[in-house]
Amino acid sequence: MPVTRGFTGRPRGGGNDRLPPGQHDTGAGWPTLTAELTPQIDVDEWTLTLDGLVEQPTTWDWRGIHALPADSYFGDIHCVTTWSKFDTTFSGVSVDSLLEVTGVKPEATHVFATSTTGYTTNLPLADITDGKAWIVWDFDGKPLTPEHGGPVRLLVPHLYFWKSAKWITRLELRDHDEQGFWERNGYHDRGDPWLEQRYQGDA
Amino acid sequence: MTQIVPTPVASSWTTAVVREVERLGQDFVKLRLEVADRTPHVPGQHYVVRLRAPDGYTAQRSYSIASDPDDPLVELMVECLPRGEVSSFLHEVVEVGDVLEARGPIGRWFVWGGTTPALCVAGGSGVVPFVSMLRYARRTGTEPLLRIAASAQTRERLPYADELEAYGAFIALTRENHLQTDGSERVAAHIYPEEIVPLAEGIERAYVCGSVGFVSFVGRILGEAGVRSDTVRVEQFGPTS
Ligand SMILES: Cc1cc2nc3c(=O)[nH]c(=O)nc-3n(C[C@H](O)[C@H](O)[C@H](O)COP(=O)(O)OP(=O)(O)OC[C@H]3O[C@@H](n4cnc5c(N)ncnc54)[C@H](O)[C@@H]3O)c2cc1C
Repeated sequence: MPVTRGFTGRPRGGGNDRLPPGQHDTGAGWPTLTAELTPQIDVDEWTLTLDGLVEQPTTWDWRGIHALPADSYFGDIHCVTTWSKFDTTFSGVSVDSLLEVTGVKPEATHVFATSTTGYTTNLPLADITDGKAWIVWDFDGKPLTPEHGGPVRLLVPHLYFWKSAKWITRLELRDHDEQGFWERNGYHDRGDPWLEQRYQGDA
Repeated sequence: MTQIVPTPVASSWTTAVVREVERLGQDFVKLRLEVADRTPHVPGQHYVVRLRAPDGYTAQRSYSIASDPDDPLVELMVECLPRGEVSSFLHEVVEVGDVLEARGPIGRWFVWGGTTPALCVAGGSGVVPFVSMLRYARRTGTEPLLRIAASAQTRERLPYADELEAYGAFIALTRENHLQTDGSERVAAHIYPEEIVPLAEGIERAYVCGSVGFVSFVGRILGEAGVRSDTVRVEQFGPTS
């Protein structure tokens, strides 16, 4: 592809090996990008259901999910709209803890996440197990705000952030893959920032 | 969340030759591009523009399409952000004849296919996808289905203001008084719910495009005007405060 005449880009001091290709550091900012109006969800009414190909389908309420072992993520997040945010801290529980409660049937290969708004996203099971995904309610020690998915969102930091469904209410284990909201709308099925898997058709 | 418009999206990069550049004051630059192997778009979709430095570094950003699908060129309207990497390049450096990498159309959600009675509410440069919709509506005679309300600080900061007014769009300026098409003067203010109510009558869908703050403000007044939140489709860009 051609070099763009006159474009040198922002100064790139020595190459930042934490920045996936095509991303820039958003610094202290945390842009939001949603396709819907932000819902206001009362924690007293919120529940999360994990079902589908599990031994024991389970629904947690706010108190129930807090009774699971606390876990947190410290590290970077990457949005497909080209910003990355370094050194974020999210607290909640590991998805592994939820799967330990429900058990996983051997034929399960994928998970389909759904939000209160009807937003959906799909992930291979391997992308949410072994310490790779969390259900979180705190950011930097404070409750997650509604714009950022509060009271509770999925967090899958090694993939582009549209996979980290806001306002999560259900995780369904399946034996097949089915595209979610952005995936049907032209975005990549997996969304690995290091492979720059932004849109359908990217490697 | 259902999908009704069968909407193509392009799955590979192509090139776009800049055929026209129009710099509109300090704030905006209008680009008209000839896209190779072009896939037709549906109003509301966007392109991704990618710039490439000699050392291989690239920067890519999304820009809504302003043109009618029938237009032989793809029109973008870019707002220049201070220190913005891609917008400043497009505002200050780009010239007719330059070749950019482009990918599009993209997006199957924030689209209007000309069949649904809809209200579009834009803040500043958020008006761009709605200009494509209004041009399409004018050409296909579907204007009665499409209503537009646009808000900006001043008339200068609202791209396509003339075209919007000619279409009969409602315009709210927040920092200067504005002479409405009916001859009355509207005192500088944000959009009032009373101003949205008549526009929202009979619509099946609302589209809101602008900054995060603008979108949440409009979400509230749409709610007050009785618009169900599950009929509202949102696209956010611009400052994220
Ligand atoms: C679907 C979609 C459609 C869009 N359509 C349009 C459109 O039609 N028109 C339009 O104008 N935009 C549109 N946008 C926004 C556009 O994609 C870009 O985000 C915008 O042009 C800014 O890009 P940039 O490279 O100029 O700024 P960036 O470099 O990304 O910077 C963004 C902001 O952060 C600040 N900033 C960045 N880095 C630094 C730093 N190191 N220090 C200090 N400040 C910094 C900049 O000053 C700037 O204000 C759209 C976005 C989406 C997602």
